[in-house]
Amino acid sequence: MPPLLHVKDLKTHYFGFQGTRVVKAVDGISFSLEAGETFGLVGESGCGKTTTCHSIVRLLPPSAEIVNGRIELAGEDLVSKTQREMQKVRGRQIATILQDPMASLDPLFSIYNQVAEPAYYHQALRGSKLRHRVKELLAAVRIPSPEARMKEFPHQMSGGMRQRIVGAVAQAGGPKIIIADEPTTNLDVTIQLQYLNLLKDLQRTSGVALIFVTHNLGIVAKMCDKVAVMYAGKIVEMQPIRGLFYQPRHPYTKALLDSIPKLGTKEPLYGIPGQPPDLANLPTGCSFHPRCQHAFERCRSQEPDEQSTENGGTARCWLASQETSRE
Amino acid sequence: MAELPGAGWQAKRLLVSEPLLEVRDLKKHFPVGGLLLGKVRGWVKAVDGISFTINAGETLGLVGESGCGKTTTSKLILAAEEPTAGIIEFEGRNIVGLTDKDLMDYRRKVQVVFQDPYSSLSPRMRIGEIIGEPIETHERVSQEEVRTRVGELLELVGLRPDMARLFPHEFSGGQRQRLAIARALSTNARLIVLDEPVSALDVSIRAHIISLLEEIQGRLGVSYLFIAHDLAAIAHISQQIAVMYLGKIVEVAESLELCANPLHPYTKALFAASLPSHPDEEKKEIVLSGEVPSALNPPSGCHFHPRCPFVMPRCSEREPDLVQVSPGHKVSCYLY
Repeated sequence: MPPLLHVKDLKTHYFGFQGTRVVKAVDGISFSLEAGETFGLVGESGCGKTTTCHSIVRLLPPSAEIVNGRIELAGEDLVSKTQREMQKVRGRQIATILQDPMASLDPLFSIYNQVAEPAYYHQALRGSKLRHRVKELLAAVRIPSPEARMKEFPHQMSGGMRQRIVGAVAQAGGPKIIIADEPTTNLDVTIQLQYLNLLKDLQRTSGVALIFVTHNLGIVAKMCDKVAVMYAGKIVEMQPIRGLFYQPRHPYTKALLDSIPKLGTKEPLYGIPGQPPDLANLPTGCSFHPRCQHAFERCRSQEPDEQSTENGGTARCWLASQETSRE
Repeated sequence: MAELPGAGWQAKRLLVSEPLLEVRDLKKHFPVGGLLLGKVRGWVKAVDGISFTINAGETLGLVGESGCGKTTTSKLILAAEEPTAGIIEFEGRNIVGLTDKDLMDYRRKVQVVFQDPYSSLSPRMRIGEIIGEPIETHERVSQEEVRTRVGELLELVGLRPDMARLFPHEFSGGQRQRLAIARALSTNARLIVLDEPVSALDVSIRAHIISLLEEIQGRLGVSYLFIAHDLAAIAHISQQIAVMYLGKIVEVAESLELCANPLHPYTKALFAASLPSHPDEEKKEIVLSGEVPSALNPPSGCHFHPRCPFVMPRCSEREPDLVQVSPGHKVSCYLY
């Protein structure tokens, strides 16, 4: 039985004018996702998280191209599918929740129309059955009085409600995977907690797998089973959730964990020196070495492979594997 | 001027906890409708009777969700808005109703750093001009001196003096925020309003800016009003925290005291909603139902009562006063 989603050595590059400038936004990442699992994809802006998501649903801008790799959904490759075939995947198999609900809801269509559309096309529901299903979906995302609310339009809703409706739209096609790309960035903290709990509940009842894209390690700690940390287009570390927090193996992960203020203490924070690199002009060797405290000669010249760590994860660092000693 | 800007305040810092800014019963109500000949249909009470004190050399954190009046408060303190009622006392003098000339002096001493360093720095000005402009506006100094001071300020925020001839687009987000801080310090400000200064930055950069702000405060004794919605960051930098909800301050306490012992149900919910720092952190979750009500039509009595898990009958009748429960810890709730 193949995993639900298996991404193998995916490379998505953006090409500038006449191919003069190549931005390696995603550069050889692999991961797999099992049914009902929550997978976290963490990293700073510009590290390739969103490009990864857009590659999976094949909604890349014209300047971007998947140059290598396979994306297998239950054993079936998505990279070789035509856009027409992808229409049967998007919404029905893989749905997305994006950051800004105002941009993902159409202001000219009623809530009913927008929630009904995936159910109409992907589940072939019509008439009163469709109506009933929409009501059910809206009730599941805790929209009060769904019967009345579904006649309204997005501008009549608050930010938190809109994002819940996007959640209902994502559920409507009955997908196996939901990709949530920073879904709570625009929400207030108390509303964020409501939304995260809601997603967890939906997952419990429908068994959908979640890919959670975020830069917030707190959300990861709350939501995810397995986490991949991305840096400059590569997964630098992948571990089960507890391993990542208690035994981070990559210096970047450690530095990220140390740079977050903890509530109720005034310990000095660790700031990572330097800037994230320019993806069109990456440093030689390990992309993180100019900012790394532990960098040594080999890091500058040779890029580390994925090393497996003792607790079942992987890390792209010469220091991560037990055998490698510092010379 | 060879010495660092503000070196003269070092002596003043020794007088600990002297109030720099005192706000008493400050109100700002905005009319709805009523433009030209229309009728005023109602009032948005964006800030509705708040009081707090910022001590010299200290930081007051102001936390709350969007629409609670944080930004209006900062505009009132920056004298960018005229208050409806109340007093803002800076160094013992009420600034409400000051003449333009006196306001000029106030604005020299009270500066601001905004959230988004991409829109707060003019793309057409060189760094030297951006940081030098406030100096030229407020003081009669030679070009030579402006240049020296810009160089010193750039060094103070961890950049190189020769960067003064560059343009903002040549800097990253974190560096731009450093430039904005340098500009705020350029006129020897005594109070800097920091309006979500790290929310627009990448996680790995935030720690640098917070540490830089703390370091500058230690060196120059400047005070901050730190506005944010991230509790952990606020608790890290502030000595005191005020929690705002719908135009009112519902709780004020010393930072570590508030973290250890939040009293108001809204503060408790905010802490409960803050995300765990590791996967096994057990939190007693207080999930608030509903959303922040409209400030145009706030609930009667305590504004928080429709969402409060501990609501009592009298909460909807009369608003509780802000009462002191222990030294320095004030809360506005009938439970205490």
